[in-house]
Amino acid sequence: MHPMTPVPYRVRSRRPDRADTVTLALEPLSGPCPGFLPGQFTMIYARGVGEIPMSISGRGRTGTLVHTIRAVGAVSRALCRKRPGDLVGVRGPYGTAWDVPGAAGLDVVVVAGGLGLAPLRTVVRELIAHRSRFGRISVIAGTRTPMTLLYPRELARWRDAHDIDVQVTVDHPDPAWKGPVGLVTRLIDRIVFEPRRTASFVCGPEAMMRAVADDLLRRGVRPERVVLSLERNMKCGVGRCGHCQLGPLLLCLDGPVLGYDRAAGLLAVKEL
Amino acid sequence: MGIKRDISHTVWSVRGNAVMDVVTRSLEPLIAALRAAGYTVVGPTVKDRAIRLTEISSAAELPDGTGDVQEPGNYRLTERDDGMVFGYAASPDSAKRFTQPPRQTLIRSRGQVIEEVEPEAPRIALLGLRACDLAAIAVQDRVFLGGRHPDPAYRRRREALFLIAVNCAVPGGTCFCVSMGTGPKATAGFDLALTELAAPHRFLIETGSERGARIVAAIPHQAATGDDVAAADEVSRTAAGRMGRTVDTEGVQEWLPAAHDHPRWDDVASRCLACTNCTMACPTCFCSTVEDVTDLSGDVAERSERWDSCFTLDFSEVGGSPVRGSQRGRYRQWLTHKFATWYDQFGTSGCVGCGRCITWCPTGIDVTEELSAIRYGTEGPSCIR
Ligand SMILES: Cc1cc2nc3c(=O)[nH]c(=O)nc-3n(C[C@H](O)[C@H](O)[C@H](O)COP(=O)(O)OP(=O)(O)OC[C@H]3O[C@@H](n4cnc5c(N)ncnc54)[C@H](O)[C@@H]3O)c2cc1C
Ligand code: SF4
Ligand code: SF4
Repeated sequence: MHPMTPVPYRVRSRRPDRADTVTLALEPLSGPCPGFLPGQFTMIYARGVGEIPMSISGRGRTGTLVHTIRAVGAVSRALCRKRPGDLVGVRGPYGTAWDVPGAAGLDVVVVAGGLGLAPLRTVVRELIAHRSRFGRISVIAGTRTPMTLLYPRELARWRDAHDIDVQVTVDHPDPAWKGPVGLVTRLIDRIVFEPRRTASFVCGPEAMMRAVADDLLRRGVRPERVVLSLERNMKCGVGRCGHCQLGPLLLCLDGPVLGYDRAAGLLAVKEL
Repeated sequence: MGIKRDISHTVWSVRGNAVMDVVTRSLEPLIAALRAAGYTVVGPTVKDRAIRLTEISSAAELPDGTGDVQEPGNYRLTERDDGMVFGYAASPDSAKRFTQPPRQTLIRSRGQVIEEVEPEAPRIALLGLRACDLAAIAVQDRVFLGGRHPDPAYRRRREALFLIAVNCAVPGGTCFCVSMGTGPKATAGFDLALTELAAPHRFLIETGSERGARIVAAIPHQAATGDDVAAADEVSRTAAGRMGRTVDTEGVQEWLPAAHDHPRWDDVASRCLACTNCTMACPTCFCSTVEDVTDLSGDVAERSERWDSCFTLDFSEVGGSPVRGSQRGRYRQWLTHKFATWYDQFGTSGCVGCGRCITWCPTGIDVTEELSAIRYGTEGPSCIR
């Protein structure tokens, strides 16, 4: 099969998360869903409109492939409008993954900015599946307003049922908001972890990830244990379109998940 | 020619045992034999005041007596009085158009079906490719076949191509294949390789594949004498000494990415129009984008892939704005990718030294000059011979 040919999937279920964001559970028209690792992405095709890279945000109860999609442009808007039964195309999963088993025996710090929580949900679910293997687990989530927080019920469950320190901060509070306001980096002060024995998984806007990573490094977390997920323009996902280059890397193959030991120098070069 | 060729990344196997070089007087039987074998022969012709690769049915269509002048931002055909058939350098066309079509339809979808569109893989004999062109095909082989996601359509097109190289006798003013280690003599990746010899006018033919040998067997030829082989070697030796340009790529993989803050990037950015010509003319530039269309009813959708260029703004757009918003960032990306980071991604240089980007840049930007300026400063050794 040609690497650019999507496999037909149908939308199994659709759940609006917030005004501009929808979670779709997808299943192939025939055969089982492919396996995936936390942090990997697919290319999703909206017929006649286009195809975009999309992180996998979970495995559904019936084995479906779950994506949380924010409508920002033509393709993402078309995908957010899909209803149960509608056809989409899927290629992948592609790309590198967060090494969750590699964090065994360590404290774990998960930092999400906005929609970055979507791919990181697969990390947290795997942490929970093997909870006893890890030390302290903290999840920090930043969001624009209390209304735009993703997966609020699941966040509460993580805190209540799985011994995870969940901290949420908002940029713009509403009158009912009693929690922290401001950047996610400020919440790093509030969580407990032993820097030299900590693995960190970070996803969000690039500026936020760099601020978080620099902060974690300053506290003594090893750079290769601060692992980000980078976003670049991607037209193919399989290393042939050239759009996702970051210096020597093709982020669809060498990323999107990348240790800060390699990412820091590359992200520091403007317009690389 | 008994050498075992480096075919680690080519798609057919080449016979390893010795095949004798032969000599032929006319290309007419060769073209006829290729056509009889079912190939469309595509070769150099004069069209649009340039040498262009077009379908030919007779050797009479080849541009005998045509030469060229190539300089930064300048290409001009000239007349030659020696009647040479291949007395010019790399033309604006390369094999890229045939290995990676400028536009190809990938899929068609209607109802619950997404179907792959059968790729076209015409049997084409490309006549007149230069050593740099073969090197460029080998680079593209690595891109489209060498990785984790090999492209079966590319493979089919590639296998359907019969490649006839011509060893350059008259390099152009913008050529630097010697610096890039890709020419001027074709040493691998061809079915047949010709060297045009004078007094008497004849062609030495080297055979690089079994199907090449079958074509040779079908045309009138004589075994090459020691004099023929020596004359052919002399053509390549002379050509190697006549490169229009040189470039020092020693350590370029390290020093070029490290020079990301060099003031020269601003200087070249002020001259670059971001017109994308260099990337379109380059035989290795492979970047592409996709386009989606639906029929009027909206029931049937098609998606196609077409050539793209890192010089466009939307190439790097993410989150609503381009990563490389400045001309400086885009030129730097192109040059650094070509000469340095290509190694990281594909284990080879992205430049084969054909000079096309220099000739076809409307403002005459010269990659060899830019590299030299970044490495040594503008007072450093000149790249121009
Ligand atoms: C590896 C990877 C994983 C990703 N995972 C997810 C995911 O899990 N969920 C998800 O929703 N997205 C994800 N994205 C981003 C998603 O691919 C883009 O939002 C999508 O390509 C936009 O395509 P479009 O056609 O909808 O918009 P485009 O047509 O590309 O954009 C149209 C216009 O929308 C605006 N725009 C585009 N993107 C953004 C943006 N991010 N923010 C603000 N404005 C924007 C711009 O004005 C742009 O001109 C991921 C990207 C990558 C590379
Ligand atoms: S970069 Fe220029 S000289 Fe090098 S292969 Fe491409 S077109 Fe030819
Ligand atoms: S051809 Fe010249 S002007 Fe055009 S994009 Fe290339 S370097 Fe810039």
